[in-house]
Amino acid sequence: MTGKDEAELSGLLKAAIAGDEKAYADFLHRIAALIRGFVRRKIVQGGVDPEDVVQETLLAIHVKRHTWRQDAPVLPWVYAIARFKLIDAFRRRGRRIEVEIDEIAETFAEPETETVSERDINRALDGLPPAQRSVVSSISVDGHSIGETASKLGISETAVRVSLHRGLTAIAKRFGRQ
Amino acid sequence: MKTEDLIKALDADARDKAMPLGKAWWLAFGVAVAIAAVVFFATIGPRPDIMPAMHTMRFMSKFVFTLVLAASAFALIRALSMPGATTRRAMAWMVAAPVLVVIAVVLELFVVPQADWGTRMVGSNMMICMSFIPLIGIGPLAIFLGMLRYGAPTRPVLAGAVAGLLAGGLAATFYAAHCFDDSPLFVATWYTIAIAFLALLGAIGGRLFVRW
Repeated sequence: MTGKDEAELSGLLKAAIAGDEKAYADFLHRIAALIRGFVRRKIVQGGVDPEDVVQETLLAIHVKRHTWRQDAPVLPWVYAIARFKLIDAFRRRGRRIEVEIDEIAETFAEPETETVSERDINRALDGLPPAQRSVVSSISVDGHSIGETASKLGISETAVRVSLHRGLTAIAKRFGRQ
Repeated sequence: MKTEDLIKALDADARDKAMPLGKAWWLAFGVAVAIAAVVFFATIGPRPDIMPAMHTMRFMSKFVFTLVLAASAFALIRALSMPGATTRRAMAWMVAAPVLVVIAVVLELFVVPQADWGTRMVGSNMMICMSFIPLIGIGPLAIFLGMLRYGAPTRPVLAGAVAGLLAGGLAATFYAAHCFDDSPLFVATWYTIAIAFLALLGAIGGRLFVRW
């Protein structure tokens, strides 16, 4: 994480909020890698799958992106959410753990790539109403666009967008503090 | 679901726009003031002699305390609801209102003969004070807790307590216009208890409802 990262990432998120989907995809890929590095470094005892925390953090960042002030640096915001979700993951699994506010770990968090296994988010997806579930999995797992999903399911693009948004919000809520 | 797949779904939802949190806080504050004003004027209303009272130091000092509390709590709660925002300075400002009250109490103790301290502190309507500050503040508190849900506080219990202090400062500002007890001794005792009650409610609300 460098000053250059910070400038590029906040530029991307600003563009994304202004409606640039390409910039948003770039932003999400890059912070996913950073969060993965951060979370893997913090989880030393096992019991929590780092990738679950990465996904929960990405969802939280997505549904809470209006809480980023565009004139503030973006990385402290990202890491604050990641730390919150990490503590929450430990707490949900019945562990009490203090994640210290360790600037050094964040400074050296290197981008890392994903390892594949069964994800908590699949269970959350299964809990959605069928209409939302088919839209979310069509776009994510099957990789269809909004338009393709609309014609495949025989509904309007607006309906697809609404179901997608509601589905993602509902999944994010399920990962909220219970 | 792979993270890659999740990103596709998030990206497809990029168009959805929510109001920036900073702007939403101002809007919520405006709504909260309106609710408090409606409850205040529909129930107790300002005291009849408010115009002459406005020329006295003691009466006006109450608004200084309550407005300083509301302003500092508003700054802090906005920072607490944004992940990664620095809260240290806003936290330090929270001592301003208590310090002003303490100074006023010390001055009052110098000015007022000791024999009158008790009556000044007990005042004439402490029960009204302790019931109406929470009553006026409960609507605003609900609004502020709702805003914390809209935001992303990484310390929900603390943020909830500050929501209570903000609601308390706001409610006490209205209530002060009704109350006949202007002595800092009265304010330091009963206003504090009433506002602390709202802060406690807020902390509980933060614990129970502010999940994200």
